[in-house]
Amino acid sequence: MSNPNILVIDDEVQIRKLLQITLESNEYRVIQAASAKEGMIVAASHPPDLILLDLGLPDDNGHHVLQQLREWYTKPIIILSVQSSEEDIVKALDNGANDYLVKPFRTGELLARIRSAIRGNNNEETDPVIDCGSLQIDLSARVVKKHNDIIKLTTTEYALLALLAKNEGKVLTHQYLLREVWGPGYINQSQYLRVFIAQIRKKIEDDANRPGHLVTESGVGYRFVAA
Amino acid sequence: MATLIHHINKPLQFLYSGLLLLLVASGCYIASPYLDYHIVAFLLLLVVSVTAILFDILPVLFTAALSALVWNFFFITPYFTFRIDKTEDIILFLMYFVIALVNAVLSYKIRKVQKESLEKEEKAKTIKLYNTLLNSLSHELRTPIATIVGAADNLQHYNNKLSDINRYELISEISKASFRLNQQVENLLNMSRLESGFIQPKKDWCDMVELVYENVKRIEENTGNKKINIQVDQTIPLFKLDKGMIEQVIYNLLYNATLYTSPQSAISISARCHTDVLELVVEDNGPGFPPGEINRVFDKFYRLKNTQTGGTGLGLSIVKGFTEAHNGTISLENRDTGGARFTIHIPTETSYLKNLKNE
Repeated sequence: MSNPNILVIDDEVQIRKLLQITLESNEYRVIQAASAKEGMIVAASHPPDLILLDLGLPDDNGHHVLQQLREWYTKPIIILSVQSSEEDIVKALDNGANDYLVKPFRTGELLARIRSAIRGNNNEETDPVIDCGSLQIDLSARVVKKHNDIIKLTTTEYALLALLAKNEGKVLTHQYLLREVWGPGYINQSQYLRVFIAQIRKKIEDDANRPGHLVTESGVGYRFVAA
Repeated sequence: MATLIHHINKPLQFLYSGLLLLLVASGCYIASPYLDYHIVAFLLLLVVSVTAILFDILPVLFTAALSALVWNFFFITPYFTFRIDKTEDIILFLMYFVIALVNAVLSYKIRKVQKESLEKEEKAKTIKLYNTLLNSLSHELRTPIATIVGAADNLQHYNNKLSDINRYELISEISKASFRLNQQVENLLNMSRLESGFIQPKKDWCDMVELVYENVKRIEENTGNKKINIQVDQTIPLFKLDKGMIEQVIYNLLYNATLYTSPQSAISISARCHTDVLELVVEDNGPGFPPGEINRVFDKFYRLKNTQTGGTGLGLSIVKGFTEAHNGTISLENRDTGGARFTIHIPTETSYLKNLKNE
């Protein structure tokens, strides 16, 4: 497979420059667009493998751009946003964004998100066994092992963990998790989520107070990290 | 007191001033066998002056006019008519009317001028506050900017002269300075949120264990190897709080403690539940606070005398603002054994769902 193409839609020259250097030195090819209009045209004429979209564009609302792109573009879109706008982020994720990064972000973080988004998009059929060091999740056998010992999980705990693990590396919003695991009537019952996440952590994490796998994305949701 | 009465709404002002006038008038009427009607006129004028000190212009003018009519009707012969027979009484009545109105308008104007000068004083105070802010801000923002510019210059122009160690140092200085800048921007944004006056906590269920550990982790990552002692019982219930705000409260308190104590000193944080009240305590064994300044540390832009540079005096005032937005209280005391202790109490809903067995 050739090097993935990434389209950067951001009006700030400095951010574009930074992203270009970061991505090109990590074997990605970069196309740039400075406005929503330009971004839409470039995306349509040379569909990239992934789009990095800034929510604060001068000529159009980022959410609107996202919606328009999602009418036909099926590959990953990662949102770039400024600090303290959790509602914005949740809205963008609900509108079909795959992931988000808050400015200022760390380069390592950016690359991890891109890798995970492209990987998630490529293999439709995920490997039934998710192996992350001492922890193994076998989705076909519905078995979770820690240090090769089977961990006893309740049905709900397993459903929640499996959903997060299947979307490894991707942030899932509180509402999404509540709807998928408990049902549409529970989307405001965030205390269930807090309780079950805490319980799963006690069972699968080395130190439940310093979780390495079930990561909290404050105000947004949770993310399963394999490494 | 004048301002207090000033807040009474208009219809009530009309009512009160009318009642006051009628009260005095009836008193005068009862005493009329012993009181000359000229004296009554002065007493009524007094009532007009009093209302002019207390109330708005319209109720005052109303009182002035009413008083003239009352005086005419009850006290000028022939009684109980608005007719006046004697020429000198007509002149007296007209003069009374004019004096009452002038009296009303003048008293009202004086009050207005007073109010304006008070506003001017307030404005001067705000400007002074802004200057303090700008001074500390320009320092707080320029220091990291200067670091970044200087380090970048070195890397750009003298790259081949730099030793590997120095190059690495410069780059990590850029990283640290950027972090500091970001921190200040965060504080400023929070402050302006508080200043806007209508900050509403968005409450949701929070796991305090997670919240405390996460923020301690952030502090430890950002400040090097400082170890913070955590005391949170795993069975503590969930609390309904604005997670973002409480995070900021915990972070700022811990950050403040790491900033103003020596690297060896011990910092600890604890969270407890007292029947629907969350208690957060952050303690250190550093130098503590000068007793004379304890009351001022939560003031906006206040910085302790003789402290090292750095800090805008915003961190603790944000802590207080966010705590109060939750209807909570914060107190600061010096510990008997030395060091400072911040105690926060926030009343809120709790859920023990967490401790139920779900199997």
